[in-house]
Amino acid sequence: MYKSALIGLLSMLAAMALPQAAQAEYADVVMNNYSDAAGMRPVVFPHWYHRIRFRCKVCHADLGFKFKAGGNKITMAKIIDGQFCGACHNGEISWSVENCGMCHSGIAGTPTQIHGSTVQRLVAPTYKKLGK
Amino acid sequence: MKMKQFFLGVVALSVLPVVAIQVEAAQPPLKEVKAAKGHVSTANTFNRLLKKPMAKNLPPAEDGIHDADNDNTHVLQPPKIAYDGLPTTPFGNYVDWVKALDTNLLQPRYDRFDPTIEPLVMDLDIVREVKSTVPDVVFPHKPHTQWLHCSNCHPKIFIPQRKANVMNMSGILLGQQCGVCHGKVAFPVTTQSCTKCHSKPKPADWKPPQSETSLKDPWR
Repeated sequence: MYKSALIGLLSMLAAMALPQAAQAEYADVVMNNYSDAAGMRPVVFPHWYHRIRFRCKVCHADLGFKFKAGGNKITMAKIIDGQFCGACHNGEISWSVENCGMCHSGIAGTPTQIHGSTVQRLVAPTYKKLGK
Repeated sequence: MKMKQFFLGVVALSVLPVVAIQVEAAQPPLKEVKAAKGHVSTANTFNRLLKKPMAKNLPPAEDGIHDADNDNTHVLQPPKIAYDGLPTTPFGNYVDWVKALDTNLLQPRYDRFDPTIEPLVMDLDIVREVKSTVPDVVFPHKPHTQWLHCSNCHPKIFIPQRKANVMNMSGILLGQQCGVCHGKVAFPVTTQSCTKCHSKPKPADWKPPQSETSLKDPWR
């Protein structure tokens, strides 16, 4: 009797102590189109940090960022060329691309996503996963 | 031994009436007891959904997405520091971004280089009548044009023409129309945020449209 109660209590405690789902900031974008395959940490883009400094228009109208996580197919070559992130992260408006770990700071294996989105919170998946 | 007992007895006797008087004096009047009933200690509330205490705006190293083994993760600014003093909401980043902009607590640039360029703001409210019983939608162009450019929405997401855009909540929840931003970056679609869009009450004489099936055969 006491033993089963103890086991139950222990298992409850264990379940509480297990790592919880990500609690990242709303609208943090993880981009992992190519990072994992290239042996880099995926990129985490904090929307909140950027919207304090720039309005949506700057990136989404002037720089041509699409409203889709991972939909811009950004590569380091394009960034060094001054496109996408490279329009500001060039050492003039903001720090330059040699600070790899500032963007490539995600946990390896995290899929491309916009964290905390409504689609993520829906009970049933809204799309079929692409085949291998 | 006997002396000790006697001494204790005397002490007890002498103390008793004092205690009794104190108890009488300490008893509060009934009304006060009733008023105190509303304040239940937080230790005795019932967490019936077994919800875990919500952690808001965690620093990058603890948020489950950033790699804590990466040195630069610890250089990144924790959101809580940035949000200090900004107006709050119960959802999203827990920051009311539009209010923060209106009150000049934030002054984000409209142009990449020039901080003096002012946004092209249009103050035009669009009312969309909703078929169901929820209040009608008022779309304010003002806060949207403060952040965005016309070309962000028109003509690709919204056709700039009356009655040309068919939309519903299922589509929005799946990321179409308003859901391109709302539910991803702008305030999310939650039960607490319905009235932010559905803000215009129906006219007093408004009645919900009846289903065709029940109109045809009301006695079925």
